[in-house]
Amino acid sequence: MADFEIRDLRASVEGKEILKGVTLSINKGEVHAVMGPNGSGKSTLSYALAGHPGYTIDGGEVLFKGKNLLGLEPDERARLGIYLAFQYPVVVPCISMTIFIRTALNAKRGYDGKDKSKQISPKEFRSLLKGELEVLHMDDSFLPRYINDGFSGGEKKRAEILQMAMLKPEIAILDETDSGLDIDSIKFVAEAVNRMRGPELGVLIITHYTRILEYIKPDYVHVLVDGKFVLSGGPEIADRLETTGYSEWTDADEPAALKKEEAV
Amino acid sequence: MATVPKVDVGSDYKEKYGFFVPEDYVFKAKRGLNPEIVKEISWMKKEPEWMMKMRLRSLEIFRKKPMPTWGADLSVIDFENIFYYLRASDKQSKTWEELPPDIKKTYDRLGVPEAERKFLAGVSAQYESEVVYHSLHEELSKKGVIFTDTDSALRDHPELFKEYFGTIIPPADNKFAALNTAVWSGGSFIYVPKGVRVDIPLQAYFRINAENMGQFERTLIICDEGSFVHYIEGCTAPIYTSDSLHSAVVEIVVKKNARCRYTTIQNWSTNVFNLVTKRAMVYGDATMEWVDGNLGSQITMKYPSVYLMEPGAKGDVLSIAFAGKGQHQDAGGKMIHVAPNTTSTITSKSISKNGGRTSYRGHIKVYPGANNSKSFVKCDALLLDENSRSDTYPYNDVDADNVTLGHEATVSKVSDEQLFYLMSRGITRSEAETMIVNGFIEPFTKELPLEYAVELNRLIQLEMEGSVG
Repeated sequence: MADFEIRDLRASVEGKEILKGVTLSINKGEVHAVMGPNGSGKSTLSYALAGHPGYTIDGGEVLFKGKNLLGLEPDERARLGIYLAFQYPVVVPCISMTIFIRTALNAKRGYDGKDKSKQISPKEFRSLLKGELEVLHMDDSFLPRYINDGFSGGEKKRAEILQMAMLKPEIAILDETDSGLDIDSIKFVAEAVNRMRGPELGVLIITHYTRILEYIKPDYVHVLVDGKFVLSGGPEIADRLETTGYSEWTDADEPAALKKEEAV
Repeated sequence: MATVPKVDVGSDYKEKYGFFVPEDYVFKAKRGLNPEIVKEISWMKKEPEWMMKMRLRSLEIFRKKPMPTWGADLSVIDFENIFYYLRASDKQSKTWEELPPDIKKTYDRLGVPEAERKFLAGVSAQYESEVVYHSLHEELSKKGVIFTDTDSALRDHPELFKEYFGTIIPPADNKFAALNTAVWSGGSFIYVPKGVRVDIPLQAYFRINAENMGQFERTLIICDEGSFVHYIEGCTAPIYTSDSLHSAVVEIVVKKNARCRYTTIQNWSTNVFNLVTKRAMVYGDATMEWVDGNLGSQITMKYPSVYLMEPGAKGDVLSIAFAGKGQHQDAGGKMIHVAPNTTSTITSKSISKNGGRTSYRGHIKVYPGANNSKSFVKCDALLLDENSRSDTYPYNDVDADNVTLGHEATVSKVSDEQLFYLMSRGITRSEAETMIVNGFIEPFTKELPLEYAVELNRLIQLEMEGSVG
C-alpha cells in the first residue's frame, strides 16, 4: 500500500457531482502532477482532501497513516501531516502571520493549551523561522501583518510556501500555486518546493498549465477531465499537453501552455 | 427588542440548583421594596439621618419613574421578589457543592486559586488578601489617599462624603440610579489629594468582601487637582451570585489637571441583570478614561459617561462586550461637551456568538458655546455566526460651532472560509475562533494590566469552547 491513497473518491458541491471516482496512490518522495482543463474538478480534489466544509463526500476513501481522512476534521488532517497550499489564500484580519504560524506549529506539536512542554519556545521559534526565511530568500516584513491582509499575489503564495516549510508536512497539495504569478515568483515557489523534496515529502501539484512543471519536474502526471482521470503516466504527458492541450477530451480549445503575453 | 425568557428573579437558581435561605437570623432578610425595608437598611448600617432621608426620597423617585423601554427588555424583572439587603453572614448560606457545575468548571479551567474561587462563588465571605491590602493601606495613608469601602467612608469621612455623594449622579437621573441610592451597600470610596499620583492600580480585589460585593454597590472617586489614580473593579473569573439584579452607581470627580482611569472587567453569571450608571465630571485639562469590559450577565445596560465641564477636559471610553447564547449586551458611552476645546473618544468592540446580541448605544452632546470640541466614535462588531446580532444606536446633538465629529462603524463576520483556512494548518475550530476574537479585542486587552489581559484571553478561549454557561 502507498503512503497516501485516494480510492474511488466521489464528491459534489451544492448537489452537483464533481469528482466521479478518483483513485491515486502517492508515496513519500514522489511528486505527482494533476492537470486538467477548467471545471474538471482540480480544486474540488484539493479541497476535498483538505476537508473543506463546502464539499460533500459521496463515496470513496483517502487513506493516510492507517486512517480514513474523510472522517476527520480539517485540523485533524493537518496535524496528521497533510498540507494544502491554497490557490486563493484567505485574508484573516486581527491575527498576525507570526502568531498564526506559531499557533499552527504548536498545534502540530500536539500543544492544546495545557501541556506547556509541547509548546515551542519563543527562542526556538524565532531561530526556526529565521532559518526558513533565509533558505527561502524572504524578508520578514510581512510577519507582523495580518494574515494575507493586503498581500500581493506573489506575497500570498510565498507565505503559503513559508508555512509549508515551517510545518513540514508529509503530503503537500499545491493547488494552482502558479496561477496569477509572474515568472520570478513561479521560479521562487518551484525552487522552494524542490528544496523540500525528499524521501519525507510526497507532493501533489494541481495545475492547469504546464509552466510550473518546467521548474518542478513531476515523477507522475495525471490528467483529470470531468471528475475522472483519463490518462496517467510519466512526465512525458506534460510535454504532450504542452502542444495539444486538452482538446483530446474536451471541445474547448484550452491550451495547457501559456502564450508569452499571458505568462506575465 | 430582545426576547428574553421570563425568569422569576430571585428564585430561579433556588429551583435549579437547590439553594435555600436559612431562616434563623437576627436580622431577617426580606424580599421586596418599601420604606420600611429602606429604613431598616439604614438602621442596620447606623447611618446619619440625612442618608436615611436621601434613601427614602430616592425610593419615591424610583417608584414614580417609568421603566426605561428604549433599550433591552427589562419587563421580566420582578422588583418585589428581590432581597435588597443581605448581610455577609446571610450570603454565606451556600456551600461549594451547591454551585452550578458550569461555574465550578470555569474556575477549574481558569486556574483560580481555591480561596479566591470560594470567595467569588459567595461560599466564603472573605477574600484572603487582607495582608496585601493592609500594607498597601499604610502606604496610601501616608500620602493622604483614602481607599475604603463606601459604608466606612460615610462613617469615617462624613464631610467629604456628603460634599460629593449623589452630586454627579443624582437619584432623579434615572430609575436605576434612584433604586441604587435607596438601597445601596458596599462599593469603593477613593480620595486622592492634590498632586498625589498613586503608582499602582487600586483594585477592589484588595479590600473586597461579600458585604462589598453586593447587588447595589456605590462607588465614589474624587481625584483632586493634579492627581492620578487607576482603579480596577472586578475580575475575569465569573462572579456567581444568586441575586439576579445588579444595579451599581459609580460617581467620579476629576479636578483640574488630574487623570483618572477606571477599569472594569465584569463577568456575572448568566442569570444577572446588570444595570449600571457610571459618570465622571471632568474639569480643566483633566482626563477621564473608562476601560470597560462586559462579559457574562443575561442583560447588561451600561454607558459610562463623561461630562467635560471646563476647557481642555478629555474623556475616553474603551469598551468591549461579549454576548453568548441568551445574552444581550447593550453598552456604549456618553460624552457631554459642556465647555469649549474639549475632546472625547469612544471605542467600542463587541462580539456576538451563539445567538447573542450586542448593541452599541452612544450619545455625543455638544452644548452651545462648547466650540472647537472634538469627538470621535468607533464601533466594531464581530459576529461569529449567522444567528447572532449586532446593532448600533449613535445619537449626536451638536449645538456649537466648529465642532469635529467622527463616527466609524464596522461589522465583520467570521466566515467559514477563514475558519477553514486556519483549521487547514492544524488549528482547532475553537482555537481559531479564539485567535480571531483575541485579535479583535487586542486594542482593549493591551490597556489592561498584564495579569488581567492573560486571564481575559483565557476566558475568551473558554467561551469559544462553549464550556462557559
